[in-house]
Amino acid sequence: MNFLKRFCRNRGAVLGLVILLAVVAFALLAPTLFPQSPWRPVGRPFLAPFTMERFPLGTDTLGRNLASGLVHGARVSLMIGVVSTLVALLIGVPLGAAAGYAGGFVDDALMRFTEFFQTIPSFALAIVLVAILQPQLGSIVLAIGVVSWPPVARLVRGEVLSLKSREYVQAAVTIGQSTPRIIFSQVLPNTIAPIIVMGSLMIGSAILLESALSFLGLGDPNLMSWGYMVGAGRTRLLDAWWISFFPGFAIFLTVLALNLAGEGLNDALNPRLARGRE
Amino acid sequence: MTSAIRRRVGFKQTLAFKATLALTTAIAALGLAPMGALAQTPKAGGTVHVVVQPEPPMLMQGLNQNGPTNMVAGNIYESLLRYDEKLTPMPSLAKSWEVSADSKVYTFKLQEGVKWHDGKPFSADDVVFSLDKFHREVHPRWRPIVNAQVEKIEKVDDLTVKITLKQPFGPMITTQEVASAPMIPKHIYEGTDYRANPANNTPMGTGPFKFKEWKKGSYIHLVRNPDYWAKGKPALDEIYWQIIPDAAARAVAYETGKVDVLTGGSVDVYDVQRLAKLPNSCMTTKGWEMFAPHAWMTVNIAKGGPLANKQFRQGMMYAIDREFGKDVVWDGLGKLPTGPISSKTKFYSADVPKYTYDVAKAKELIKASGYKGEPLKILALPYGEVWSRWAEAIKQNFADAGINIAIETTDVPGWTQKASNGDFDLTFNFLYQLGDPAIGVARNYISTNIVKGNPFGNQGAYVNPEVDKLFAEAAIAPTDAARQELYNKVQKVLVEDLPVLWLLEMEFPTIHRCNVKNLVTTAIGVNDGFRDAWKE
Repeated sequence: MNFLKRFCRNRGAVLGLVILLAVVAFALLAPTLFPQSPWRPVGRPFLAPFTMERFPLGTDTLGRNLASGLVHGARVSLMIGVVSTLVALLIGVPLGAAAGYAGGFVDDALMRFTEFFQTIPSFALAIVLVAILQPQLGSIVLAIGVVSWPPVARLVRGEVLSLKSREYVQAAVTIGQSTPRIIFSQVLPNTIAPIIVMGSLMIGSAILLESALSFLGLGDPNLMSWGYMVGAGRTRLLDAWWISFFPGFAIFLTVLALNLAGEGLNDALNPRLARGRE
Repeated sequence: MTSAIRRRVGFKQTLAFKATLALTTAIAALGLAPMGALAQTPKAGGTVHVVVQPEPPMLMQGLNQNGPTNMVAGNIYESLLRYDEKLTPMPSLAKSWEVSADSKVYTFKLQEGVKWHDGKPFSADDVVFSLDKFHREVHPRWRPIVNAQVEKIEKVDDLTVKITLKQPFGPMITTQEVASAPMIPKHIYEGTDYRANPANNTPMGTGPFKFKEWKKGSYIHLVRNPDYWAKGKPALDEIYWQIIPDAAARAVAYETGKVDVLTGGSVDVYDVQRLAKLPNSCMTTKGWEMFAPHAWMTVNIAKGGPLANKQFRQGMMYAIDREFGKDVVWDGLGKLPTGPISSKTKFYSADVPKYTYDVAKAKELIKASGYKGEPLKILALPYGEVWSRWAEAIKQNFADAGINIAIETTDVPGWTQKASNGDFDLTFNFLYQLGDPAIGVARNYISTNIVKGNPFGNQGAYVNPEVDKLFAEAAIAPTDAARQELYNKVQKVLVEDLPVLWLLEMEFPTIHRCNVKNLVTTAIGVNDGFRDAWKE
C-alpha cells in the first residue's frame, strides 16, 4: 500500500499511468471498436477530421479510416515496445549479472563487448539489421532489442557489484550456496527495482525506434503502425496535415506517458530518494 | 496496303504549317482556338531551365539510353527519323525515304548541308558507321535487330543510304528514334575503343543544341547550334538542365520560378494537379507515346501452385480494383489497359476478354481453381510512395477475395535481384513499349526470353508455344494488315491466359510554364522537343 501511496504522490506519474491505461484499453478494444481491417479503403481519400461522424479523424491518401489505423497501430506499437524491451532485458540482465558477479577477466571481457555495441550509433545499427534481415515483425523486435541492451547490462553490473559485498551475500557464500543460486536468489531480486524503472523507460524509446524505422519504410509492411502512418502522410503534410499529425501525436503522448510513469515508479521504488524530495 | 508500299515522303513542313495556320485561324474565328500556340510565330532567343531527374550517368547517347540521358542527349544527337504522337515517321536527318515493294529494302535520302558540331560535314558514311559498326557493337536495342534482320547497310552516294533486310521486318520503320539509333560522328569514333573514347565526355552530334558544360550535381548547360541544318531553328539560345535530387525541392523550384519545365515523373504524383493549377502553368500527358509505359503485376508461374493456374490468375484479375488504383493511388493519371499492348502502341486491339472489378466472380474463380489458402506474397516495387500505396491497395483487394496475402518490402538492388531470379510470387513492373509490339511487348511473353539476371524479360516464365509462334510471325509478316491480324490473335490469347495482370497505362505528365511554347510535339516529348520549342 505504501508503494501505491508514494506513486500517487507524483501527479505526473498518475497522469502518465492514466494515459497509458487508455492507450492499452484502445489497443485491447481495437477489434471491437473497428472490426474492419485498418488497411481497407472505406471512404473518400483526404477527408478532413471532425467533418464526418464515421471518420472522426479523417481519412488518409487511400481513403482509409485514420481512427481505425490509430487504434490498431496502438496494438502494434505497444507490442513491439514491450517485446523488444523484453528481448533487451533478456540479453542485458544475464550479461550484466555475470560481469558484475564474476569480476576480473570475465568482467573486463564482457564490458568491452558491451562497449563495442555502445560505440555503434544504435539507430544506424538497427537500420542495418532490419535491412539485412528483411523488414518483418521478428527482425524489427530483434534489431531494437540488440541495440538497446547495453545500458541494461551496465546498470545490472553496477548493482551487482555493490550487492556482491553485502553481508547477506557473503553469508550465502560462507554457507556454501552455489554461485548460480546466489545470483538468482540473493543478488538479482534486489536489482529488480532499477530494472523495472529502466524497462518502463525503454519501452518508450523502443516505440520511438520502431516508429522511426517504419517512417523510413523499414517497418513490417503488413502491420499498421504509427510510424508508418506518419511516414505515409509526410508528402501530403501541406494539404492533409491530419494524416501525419494524429499518429505523431499518439506517439508523443504514449512515450511521454511511459516516461512520466517510469519516473513515478523510480520515486516509488526508491523510498530514500522520494523522502529526500519532501 | 501492299500497293501503297512504294511511297515517298517529302519535306513538306512549311506547307503543313501553312495549312495548320489556315485551319487554326478558321477555328479561332469561330471562337474555339484550341491550337493557339501554333498560330503564333516563334520568337527567337531565351533561356529555359528544365529539371532532369535523376542525374544522367553520361550524355553519350550511343552508349547509354537511360531515361535522363535521353532527355538531355536527344537534343544534342539526331537520328534518321522523328515520330509524331501517332508514331508516324517524320523526316529528321533523313529528308525522305522509300520502301521497296517486297518490304525488304529501305532507302534513306539525307538532308543537305548538315554539319557536326565541330564543323565537319555529316554524310552517308556516318550513317553506315553508326548503324553497321557502332550500334551493332554497343547498342542493346539495335544490336539484336541488326544481327537478326539486316543483311547489309550500304552507302549509295554521299546523301543516300540503303538498308537491305533478310526478310520483311515491319518494326524497322519504328527503330530510328534518336535513343534507339542516334547518329555518331565517324571521324571521332572510327577505330577507337568506343567506351573509352575521351570524346564521350563532350558529346557531339548534329542536333539543334551543343553541349557546353556539365557541372556534376548541379546543371547541364546546352547552347544553340547556330549552324543547325533546319533554317531558323532552334529558337531558344540556351537550355539549363537542373539537377535537384529531392522531389519536394523540385516542386518548390518550379513554384518559385527557378525552373520552367518539370519533365515527366520528376515530381510526386500527388503534386501534379496542384502544380498544374498554378498561374501560367500548363500540363500535358503527351510526348510519351513512343514509350507508352505499361504497368502490371508479374505472376511467377514457374513457382507452380495456384499461380500456375489460369483460373486463379483470372480470379486475381477480377479481384483487383484497377479503377481505384488509377483514380486514387495515381491521382487520376493514366488509363486502364485491356491487355499486353498499350492503346498508344501500334497494333493495339480492344477486342479481348474484359475483366472488370467483381469480387463475387473473383471468389468464385479462386474457389473453382482449387485454392486452399496457400500463403502468397506481393514483392513491392521500391520506387517510392505511390508504389507502396498501390501494393497496399491490391493486397487489400486480394484479401477481400479470400487470398492469403502479405507484402514483402526490399530496396532497389534487392528487388532487381529477386525479380531477376524468380525469387517472388507476385511483383510490380513497368516497361516501355517502344512503339512496336515486336520490340517492346513480345519480350515479356515469349518463352525464349525466360532469362535470369534481367528483371525486364519474361520474369514469370510464361510458356505458350502458340504465343511464341504468333509473336514470331507477326514480327516478320509482310504487311501491316497481316501483322495486325496476328497481333489481334495474340492479344486475345494472352488476355485469356493472363501471364501477368495488366494494371495501368501510365502517364508521366510534363508540367511547364505556358510561355514555353511548342515543347511537346513528338512521340518522345522533351527528349527531342527543344528543336521546335520557343519562349514567349
